[in-house]
Amino acid sequence: MVTLRINGKAHQVDVPSDMPMLWVLRDVLGMTGTKFGCGMALCGACTVQLDGQAIRSCVTPVSAAASKTITTIEAIGNTPAGKRVQEAWIAHDVPQCGYCQSGQIMSASALLARKPHPTDADIDAAMAGNICRCGTYQRIRAAIKQAAQGAGR
Amino acid sequence: MTAVSRREFVTVLTAAGGGLLLGYRVGGGRGSASAATAPGLAPNAFIRIAPDGGITLIMPQAEMGQGTHTSMSMLLAEELEVALDQVRLEHAPPDDTLYANSILGEQMTGASSSVRAFYGPLRRAGATARAMLVGAAAASWNVDPASCRARKGVVTHTPTGRTLRYGALAAKAATLPMPDKVALKDPKDFTLIGTPAKRPDTPGKVNGTAQFGIDVRLPGMLIATVAASPVLGGKVVAVDVQKAKAVVGVRQIVQLDDAVAVVADHMWAAKQGLAALDIRWEDGPNANVSTADVVQGLAKASETPGVTARNHGDPASALAGAAQKVEATYEAPFLAHVTMEPMNCTVHVRTNECEVWTGSQVLSRARAAAAKVTGLPLEKVVVHNHFLGGGFGRRLEVDYVTQAVRIAKQVDAPVKVVWTREEDIQHDVYRPYYYDRIAAGLDAKGTPIAWTHRIVGPAIIARYLPPAFKNGIDIDAVDGAVQLLYEIPAIQIEHVRHEEPVLNTGFWRGVGVTHNNWVIESFMDEIATAAKQDPVAFRRALLKKSPRALAVLDLAAKEGGWGKPLPRGRGRGVALLFSEWGTYLAEVAEIEIASSGDVRVHRVVCAVDCGQVVNPDIVKAQIESGVVYGISGALWGEVTLKDGRVEQSNFHNYRVLRMNETPPIQVHLVRNGEAPGGIGEPGTSVTAAALSNAIYAATGKRLRKLPLQAALAGVAR
Repeated sequence: MVTLRINGKAHQVDVPSDMPMLWVLRDVLGMTGTKFGCGMALCGACTVQLDGQAIRSCVTPVSAAASKTITTIEAIGNTPAGKRVQEAWIAHDVPQCGYCQSGQIMSASALLARKPHPTDADIDAAMAGNICRCGTYQRIRAAIKQAAQGAGR
Repeated sequence: MTAVSRREFVTVLTAAGGGLLLGYRVGGGRGSASAATAPGLAPNAFIRIAPDGGITLIMPQAEMGQGTHTSMSMLLAEELEVALDQVRLEHAPPDDTLYANSILGEQMTGASSSVRAFYGPLRRAGATARAMLVGAAAASWNVDPASCRARKGVVTHTPTGRTLRYGALAAKAATLPMPDKVALKDPKDFTLIGTPAKRPDTPGKVNGTAQFGIDVRLPGMLIATVAASPVLGGKVVAVDVQKAKAVVGVRQIVQLDDAVAVVADHMWAAKQGLAALDIRWEDGPNANVSTADVVQGLAKASETPGVTARNHGDPASALAGAAQKVEATYEAPFLAHVTMEPMNCTVHVRTNECEVWTGSQVLSRARAAAAKVTGLPLEKVVVHNHFLGGGFGRRLEVDYVTQAVRIAKQVDAPVKVVWTREEDIQHDVYRPYYYDRIAAGLDAKGTPIAWTHRIVGPAIIARYLPPAFKNGIDIDAVDGAVQLLYEIPAIQIEHVRHEEPVLNTGFWRGVGVTHNNWVIESFMDEIATAAKQDPVAFRRALLKKSPRALAVLDLAAKEGGWGKPLPRGRGRGVALLFSEWGTYLAEVAEIEIASSGDVRVHRVVCAVDCGQVVNPDIVKAQIESGVVYGISGALWGEVTLKDGRVEQSNFHNYRVLRMNETPPIQVHLVRNGEAPGGIGEPGTSVTAAALSNAIYAATGKRLRKLPLQAALAGVAR
């Protein structure tokens, strides 16, 4: 048994210690907002935050998450940066199919929490790991900039 | 070509609970072999207005990002006189007799057809319902319906100001006779169509609640992952399951003749189990096939004449007498779709019934596939559709449904079959490899006097939509080629059908147009060069009879800074697109060759005329999306074969465009009242040629093979 602190709530799970967080979230806890895309940390669809850091849950074993605070798309709107990001995403109608957007939002809100006024280069560096096959990148960039404006100086 | 003019039949049924159910159907489309014997008066889509005022559109079209749930709702809401946020959507169940897309002849979301097919019917359905609701209100008040008006779900008697809500009128409206004719709104009175209305699916897609097929969860559900034969046509000879069964969480190994699945409590156990299996395959006839074999077959086939899809003038004589003859061969590789949501399907086979949960562009085909595998009648198979985590043509196929049902037949519980990314890339239904021979004759002034284009590749339509395969002509394979707008006195377009059954092939975003536009528009630049003319000026001179094409070309050239000087190492390329979709699109792309040799796209400018625009923001989003998908495919997209096996497996070796590589994409709309054109695919189709022409402008290297990055490395100046 391992205790995971996810979105402010403790969950007891009985899973192998090397099991990636992605499958714990999706298949054990039923939190399906976090998506499977590649299984190799290549696409970012599975991004969640560990102590505020964006990580790829498809390669992060549950053992590495046990002592951390885990935040997923289901609760990112409760953080100031996450809320602004979600609002900006809606304002720009960023999502198309929407499948990658949980991961995009988790990466973007981690960026903004750390760096409230990112440059284009900061955005590139933080977001290059998140693939979107619908090609919403231009709107993602615009939405991050809008969300940053709401951060105050 | 537009669906609006097709015969429509409207029926009214009284819904359970006293609401108004309004349906309609449209006549047979392209895929209906015998429209005369098509099913009778069953409706093809429904508006449901409940007594509590809830308005539901049962949505026949699948939402895969293209915004169709928004645009379809806008068509309905405009004429029904309700606000967009008053409309609730339900995925339609599978039923071709109810939900056929009039252009494609069955329940199908593809070919950039949703707005084209439903622009008339959904507006008519809305207008008819509105007329009946107004009629019911007028009858209640004993007044002339002409003295009443409807707005935002409320009917008002204008002289007295009395009001009744739609919900209160639904039951009475259902008892009224169907009006013979309803007046559609004059487009100048539109309040919704043509506006950038917000997508109702956005909120659920930013908070994790949007439900994709892969998100289905059922009581007692197990998870499976699968390995199909790595070579098409191969079979399982033997499986050693010992180690897999020892993996904690693994419940069952299911063996099919061509695949093995591991069924487990969760995906991790299933993946571990699959990795632990020792499977011996018999590879079958494709065991030793490589890409070179495929190309060899196509090249040989290209030497024989094909079926002529368009012919005018005397191309042979014109070519023979030309002052200058330009000839080239072009190649376009196999491509995978790589939707972000890997293929998956959840199935519960019970005694005498089967239930399926998935994301599909062809829900009725999904049901038919499940019925075929289980041997159950169609009415015993229930299929639920979901948001699609990308379609791009991949989910026009039901191979993954068939496979999941075959697995589920052996499992005594609901089972969700999820493909790994590797399985997804290596068992796609790929865009075919195409091989084209193209030639043009120029007169002494450099004006084209002859054009011949021979397209060599499979006939996907013959497999996929046999009724549409007529006189040996695959309308998809030649799409975009037969509509050539350039005024040339002698033209011949041929298709040589050549099947290479080493991989399954099907539709990829932009379908036949994607490959044809790359060939045609690259070659236009080649002959412009031969004629020593500017690529835009050369095209303009041949478009005098195509004002809409000329307009988008001029707009893209102007906004794209055509002719303005660029720094060394940069180049600008142009391409123009017109096809069966009815949309005119011109693109100017600006690229740079980095010192590493990498092609960097700096800027893309598009000018698009898709006729009547339903939602300009979605049109722009689709062009942006199409361009990004097109850049990925054109620069890097390539599936290759070695020993019958696909060599690519995941995003590290099937490269796609990332945020840091994405250029600004500007979209300029030409607005007019012409019939709506398709918009989901053109942006993809026009991009390869624009990029290739830009590379030529920057380097002087003419690339005739995709993907461009590899071709650039391989081409000596």
